[in-house]
Amino acid sequence: MTWLLAIFQTLLFVALAPLLAGWLKWCKCHLQNRQAPSLLQPYRDLLKLTRKQPVVAEHASWIFTRAPYIIFSAIVLAASIVPLIAVDLPTAAIADVIVLVGFFAFARFFLALAGLDIGTAFGGMGSSREMTISSIAEPAMLMAIFTLTMTASTTNLSFAIIHVLNEGLVLRPSFVFALFALMLVAIAETGRIPVDNPDTHLELTMIHEAMILEYSGRHLALIEWASQVKLMLYGVLIANIFFPWGIAQSFSVQALAHGLLAIIGKLAVLAILLSISETLLAKMRLFRVQEYLSFAYLLGLLGMLSHIILEASR
Amino acid sequence: MNIEQQDFYTQAILSMAALIGLASFLMLGQGRLLRLIFVFALQGLLLTMTAALSAYSLNNHHLYISAGLTLVLKVMFIPWMLRRQVLAMHMNRDVEALENKTLVMLGGASLMVFSYYVLHPIVQSSSTIMVNALAVSLSVVLLGMLLMISHRQAVAHVVGFMSIENGLFFAAIVATNGMPMVVELGIAFDVLVAAVLFGIFFFHIRTSIDSLDVDRLNRLNEVDQ
Repeated sequence: MTWLLAIFQTLLFVALAPLLAGWLKWCKCHLQNRQAPSLLQPYRDLLKLTRKQPVVAEHASWIFTRAPYIIFSAIVLAASIVPLIAVDLPTAAIADVIVLVGFFAFARFFLALAGLDIGTAFGGMGSSREMTISSIAEPAMLMAIFTLTMTASTTNLSFAIIHVLNEGLVLRPSFVFALFALMLVAIAETGRIPVDNPDTHLELTMIHEAMILEYSGRHLALIEWASQVKLMLYGVLIANIFFPWGIAQSFSVQALAHGLLAIIGKLAVLAILLSISETLLAKMRLFRVQEYLSFAYLLGLLGMLSHIILEASR
Repeated sequence: MNIEQQDFYTQAILSMAALIGLASFLMLGQGRLLRLIFVFALQGLLLTMTAALSAYSLNNHHLYISAGLTLVLKVMFIPWMLRRQVLAMHMNRDVEALENKTLVMLGGASLMVFSYYVLHPIVQSSSTIMVNALAVSLSVVLLGMLLMISHRQAVAHVVGFMSIENGLFFAAIVATNGMPMVVELGIAFDVLVAAVLFGIFFFHIRTSIDSLDVDRLNRLNEVDQ
């Protein structure tokens, strides 16, 4: 029964991700005085892409054609670890948060390989940029997560969320820092403004789009879907770690429905915040991303320090 | 003593301590003068809130007066005056290139560890967790000094100096529940006088070397080389 629920939760994760992307686009369009596409537009795009015939370059090796499947399954596995509507599910007990970071790194590795594989200039450029950014973003993310795990004294996400829930409302200075650090990292890792612009194919600035420029058809659909799930993963991480109230702790239908409504509400608010920040900010120069991410790392470090200085027992 | 066993007042003060430390770090990495002044005003606002909070929860009415003084001086008057001077000297568009910003920021983080290390013996012998906030206020003082060392503009030096005062004021609030009123008024007027004096100094530096970049003061020699 719990396994069924875990599988259902993962499916829900994957199914809701395009909706979140659609909602984000809708908010952004309205903030920028543009006419918004329907909320279901990402689903239509995915459906259209799966119907089209994929075109593969002559010199592409097996990595290029396999990579979308590997990336998508890695991200789906990552999604199965993160508690979405209920805590204490069996999948969450198997793997901890470091495995989650590992899944992200695994997917990124294959994405970068696929970008290099085809041999175009843009693919290589995109891969090198992605690896540069992730090599600084990953320590910052781990720092923010270590703050959480030190507070809860477990690296398991599900148990950590239960710990935060049981404590009730405690003002923790370290969580403020960790929250900001994780938000900055999430923006960098999911390729949003100001680090990368997901809407354009402008040659000199693109990072994520440069790597997947050669993909088409169902391969492109899978990669797009994976990046939507990844965006939602970061959103759920932020929402459920720092504001876990509402998540289901028992497996009754009522609690689960309540949990689902809570996470949908939290993600909607987060998406509004993200769209406001994307409307206000301009994309920064690539060579300033390093400064941005080292600031995120510093915030994570400060979170850790303030946990030790201000909170820890002695 | 864990934080979850503390009362709400202590938790709020500790969160304020963390945010004041964060404001110091933001100032340290800021290249634009107007934004630097804005973050300084924000730190002043956090201090005001801390003072008002401790006045409310400790039922210590004279702290309201010092909160009001902080609000008027450090949130409104000094930032307004610095801003006016920056605008008058047309420096609002200048971006100050910090040499190796990441290194300066990591230096700041290590200063924070250092100040905790220095205060650790006191923290252990004291019964209250409030002394923890002392470590943050010491690190705000040290970060203000680092700000003065790493920035080159005279305006940034003034902001660094004032943020040192912020750190001391925060320490006074959390550790001793506020200084005597006479001392506090004296310090407030000192800060006011210092701000006015700095304005005059800006003017003099500006007329003598035609810039507020203090690194150029090193080149003032009587003999031409």
